[in-house]
Amino acid sequence: MFSWKESGRIIFLLFVSSLIVVPLLATILGGFKSNGELRVSPFGLPQEWDLQFYGEILGDAQFWRYLWNSFLISIMTVVLTLVLGSMCAYAFAQVRFFGSRFLFNYLLLGLMFPFAAAIMPLFLTVRDLGILDTPWGVVLPQVGFGLAFSIMFFRTFFAQMPEELFDAARVDGCGYIQFFWRFTLPLSTPILATIATFVFVQSWNNYLLPLIMLNDREGYTWTLGAMDYRGEYAAEWNRTLAFVSATLAPAVVFFLAAQKYIVAGLTGGAVKG
Amino acid sequence: MTTADDHITIRPPSAWQRMMANGQLRMLVIFVPPAIVVFTIFVMLPMLQAGFFAPYKWSGYGPAPWAFNEDTGRDFGTWIGAQNFDRFSGHSAFQTAFKNTILVIAVSLIIQLPIALLLALMIYNNSRINTVFRLIFFLPYIMAEVATGLIFSFVLDGNYGLSKWISDLMGMEEAFFPLAEKPWAFYSILAVIVWKYFGFHMMIYIAGLQSISREMLEAASIDGAKTVQKAVYIQIPLLWPAITISIFYSVLGGLQVFDLVMPMTAGGPSNSSHTLVSYLYNFGFIRLNVGFGSAVGVFLFAVGVIFALVYRNTVQRGQ
Repeated sequence: MFSWKESGRIIFLLFVSSLIVVPLLATILGGFKSNGELRVSPFGLPQEWDLQFYGEILGDAQFWRYLWNSFLISIMTVVLTLVLGSMCAYAFAQVRFFGSRFLFNYLLLGLMFPFAAAIMPLFLTVRDLGILDTPWGVVLPQVGFGLAFSIMFFRTFFAQMPEELFDAARVDGCGYIQFFWRFTLPLSTPILATIATFVFVQSWNNYLLPLIMLNDREGYTWTLGAMDYRGEYAAEWNRTLAFVSATLAPAVVFFLAAQKYIVAGLTGGAVKG
Repeated sequence: MTTADDHITIRPPSAWQRMMANGQLRMLVIFVPPAIVVFTIFVMLPMLQAGFFAPYKWSGYGPAPWAFNEDTGRDFGTWIGAQNFDRFSGHSAFQTAFKNTILVIAVSLIIQLPIALLLALMIYNNSRINTVFRLIFFLPYIMAEVATGLIFSFVLDGNYGLSKWISDLMGMEEAFFPLAEKPWAFYSILAVIVWKYFGFHMMIYIAGLQSISREMLEAASIDGAKTVQKAVYIQIPLLWPAITISIFYSVLGGLQVFDLVMPMTAGGPSNSSHTLVSYLYNFGFIRLNVGFGSAVGVFLFAVGVIFALVYRNTVQRGQ
């Protein structure tokens, strides 16, 4: 079935898509071109596929160290945020204790302000704790800033669980802590996956915190590494493009696979089909 | 419910007894403090400290600006009152950074959100081709800001990318370097911001559009409503809660733009493309002006919190 309206729609959408895809393709292809060719044809296919630059980057131990550091920091952030966040939210969801409303609102304050505002005292705190130049210097602030939104999502999710389940388990002598590990967490995989993905993406892409907390090149995340690489090879865009492509490719594949959970995170924690 | 204790306890259990039952107290003591402690140390205390450090001139050496340094016989920092605030508010680079940040928010609200809404209306239906478009439009959002910034410094590099292509096409003698020219550097950043974040807002709108009942739209169609009329009279009004959320994210996100600025211009040329955060980083952190950086931070905090409070109590009231 052909209609002008439908084909107009598709053409418009293809046009918008090209604005996104062309720069990305040019980046990936640029890594295969010589710098001279890159100047003449930035967007076309390479005349000769030169594997030298990708090869050099993938064969560089430092490159893999960058990726490993980013990965380590992201995983540590995810695990800590999930553990601390779900435990705290469980307490809020299950029990109304003295000061619980106050504490919950206190945590929600974290959603209201731009975190960069506190960056100078935060740097001094991390310095005084002696964790500058360690993964913890990036991980712990990231966990702190991620807790507010994850506790909010967790609590909403936990509060929707049927109360009968808890009552039944309690009759059988199951305590609060046991119930959390045996029932609440296993039943919460959608929300755990949502928050894990969201926190992972933010940590993986983070630049400001690593920039401030990490000075030793050994401990650099890939975002710092990419900026470093750009500075080192300022005259050779093909190298930087290869570097960016090599870091972007695995991340994009992973993120597209986890897209469902990222979107769920944006829209308030509801995971559909 | 009968338990062994029933013959002893005649009164209903006290609050304390209820807390002890089933290890409730134990759970609270183990589960609540870790999150509160991490949040307090790494989020709340630094923000509070920024307020205390703001009236000092201090390089960050020593435990606090008001602590006494035995070696020099003076305090580590110097109390200078509101001077830090006077200094940045009179600094032309700060004024530009503030204007730029306002510009980011304005462009997000006036250009980005309508684009996101239009695209969401075009592809919210779950067909295969729409799903592909959704993935493509969402791609920029999940890419790191640093990677995006590097890609666009290539695209906008006068010797290589798009701007060379355009200047060649127009037969210009000299290559045009938008990232090195004064008004264009920040306009480029604005364009990249729209490029990067419209997919995020589009996804929020798509989720909202999909929850609008089909019957209502079908009824409107039967009554002869056109696509545009349905959008204007049914979908957009019903989408208002989602729109208020995306406005909130636009403003709070706009206040914090930093990662994109560093790879693209690092604030240049001649400090014309700073945002509030990149200004703070450059003039506070890099120069180790802890008091000054804290004062800028307090300003940023105040803008964000005042906006959030006003917004929550007016626009988002009752949602």
